[in-house]
Amino acid sequence: MAAKSIGPIRRKFAPWDDPSAKPLIRIENVSKNFGSFTAVNNVSLDIFEREFFALLGPSGCGKTTLMRMLAGFETPSSGSISIAGLDLAGIPPHKRPVNMMFQSYALFPHMTVEKNIAFGLEMEKLPKGEITARVEEMLKLVKLEGFALRKPHQLSGGQRQRVALARAIAKRPKVLLLDEPLGALDKKLREETQFELLDLQVALGMTFVIVTHDQDEAMTMADRIAVMDKGQFVQISRPAELYEQPVSKYVADFIGDINLIEGRVEKNDLGKIILGSDTTGGMIEASGESAVKNGDTAWFALRPEKVSISLSPPENPSVNTATGTVWDIGYVGDVSVYHVRLDGGGTMRASIANTRRIVERPISWEDKVFLTWAPDSGIVLTK
Amino acid sequence: MTNTNHRWIVRAIPYLWMLVLFFIPFIIVFKISLSSPEIAQPPYSPTFDPFVDGWSETFARFAEFTSANYLRLFVDSIYVSSYLSSIWIAGSSTVMMLFIAYPLAYGMARAPKSWRPTLVMMVILPFWTSFLIRVYAWISILSEEGLLNSMLLSLGIIDEPLVILSTNAAVYIGILYSYLPFMVLPLYSALEKMDESLIEAAKDLGCTNIQAFWKVTFPLSLPGVIAGCFLVFIPAVGEFVIPDLLGGSDTVMIGKTMWEEFFNNRDWPAASAVAIALLIVLMIPIMIFQNNQAKQQDMG
Repeated sequence: MAAKSIGPIRRKFAPWDDPSAKPLIRIENVSKNFGSFTAVNNVSLDIFEREFFALLGPSGCGKTTLMRMLAGFETPSSGSISIAGLDLAGIPPHKRPVNMMFQSYALFPHMTVEKNIAFGLEMEKLPKGEITARVEEMLKLVKLEGFALRKPHQLSGGQRQRVALARAIAKRPKVLLLDEPLGALDKKLREETQFELLDLQVALGMTFVIVTHDQDEAMTMADRIAVMDKGQFVQISRPAELYEQPVSKYVADFIGDINLIEGRVEKNDLGKIILGSDTTGGMIEASGESAVKNGDTAWFALRPEKVSISLSPPENPSVNTATGTVWDIGYVGDVSVYHVRLDGGGTMRASIANTRRIVERPISWEDKVFLTWAPDSGIVLTK
Repeated sequence: MTNTNHRWIVRAIPYLWMLVLFFIPFIIVFKISLSSPEIAQPPYSPTFDPFVDGWSETFARFAEFTSANYLRLFVDSIYVSSYLSSIWIAGSSTVMMLFIAYPLAYGMARAPKSWRPTLVMMVILPFWTSFLIRVYAWISILSEEGLLNSMLLSLGIIDEPLVILSTNAAVYIGILYSYLPFMVLPLYSALEKMDESLIEAAKDLGCTNIQAFWKVTFPLSLPGVIAGCFLVFIPAVGEFVIPDLLGGSDTVMIGKTMWEEFFNNRDWPAASAVAIALLIVLMIPIMIFQNNQAKQQDMG
């Protein structure tokens, strides 16, 4: 696909920080009720041109409903959605400047690959020559030349996925909606396809909105991610911010692995927060700003890969240290995850990269270990 | 292994079934069709028997008698017109049925999932009563003093009773009523298993609701349409009970003609020839139907 690296484009891209930038998609106070169930609860969101935006959340969080409202398959109970300044209220799906790639791919089984891709163009009544040219271009783009005359049932899952993609982008929509586009692929193929999709999006200069429950998918591809829970956005940020600066325990827990250590705030000034914790038995010193006051209950969120594990005690065992016994070791190949039962109760996980090719690890089951971390490795959360 | 040695038994059962219940009766009927009628018990004389006359003699007579009973089918216009009118009545009622059954099946397939078994049940429910009784019931509905006429009269819609019973219209009503489930069920099963997102995809790519129906829903339901049409057409061609009970003397259908040959004229050989010819006529649509089913299975 794109021969040049997409790095320069991706690195500089941040229109959401520019107050003068005009959003392509504007979702304002949108709610959707199904009977007494509120699927989407008063959400607002701006998505910018050329952005790769991910709606991430567990099943039933409302992400698919929100996407279906963009496509026109559901009507908002209240609020408004506009694309490029055009209010979409009352505009049926076939007149919207968006196309959707369906989770099931929804390829027409009675049509060849070629006919599937040409379908939208034929409905648009483009001249025949242009349709042929566009179909050929699409087949090349998704590397399916030579498959034009196959029927969908004669293709593999990965090929079907690419036909679905080609069909959805053939009309060159302003916005492409992707509903769990990689959900049906196996892991290896999924990882490859993530980067292909990303390159394609940059090459086409199209705005992509993807719905997924797979955090890896969202983290790899998206410029920004909106984490949804119970019909609302919990956090909208770049993947790295989402991972390193989650706003709540829910986000911290949903994205990646996390140790949540409960504590009382003892001191909070000058970008330094001190928590007292029964779990670690000592003090937790965290750097960063937070509105917590002395005596508040707070949680220190610490990623397992930011914890060091050692058999010997650190220099200052009263701060940012927990002691415990190794209870379980999860060897995944690239990393080993140590589940440590803390002396103060509870468990903590530490994941250590296996940088050397040795089979015997120095730390084993039932070893007494010291877990330590740096003040800036975790974040204090209040909810 | 004993397992594989005895597998032929399992395989033989359907063939045995076909042999006993289809092939042997067919041979008997075929043989009667080549005999001469006689006032006796049974009312025909076997004109030949390969085991008595020898094979060469049999073949010689075979040619002779084929011309006798089978040529009559073409010479006597009653047979040709019965066949044609049967095919016409069955064909046109199949088309009418499609127009009635398609919306019905579509509605059923789009109904909430929890309703669907009940709706299917309601379509099948009439089968719990004997077919004959249901056709008799139509006599009392359609007759001049029947339910329909008395209702229309009392409502003041008509001044004198409509003559429906003993006309072709009554035959059409009877066929449409009796065979409706055979059309609805295959259509329903084709429509029900269709992925709703296909229609959404069509709309997403620029189709209005009507375009999405003709470009996606209808082509995908074609196997159901074909199956339903054959399931109605094939038995309707040979229908006897409905034209006999609801039709008039001018309603000629091949099933009725056959019955008259058998029981009124007691000309078994002629009736058998009619039956064999009907079978051959129906073989063509049956084979097309089978072929279509096989293709469906290939598609997975």
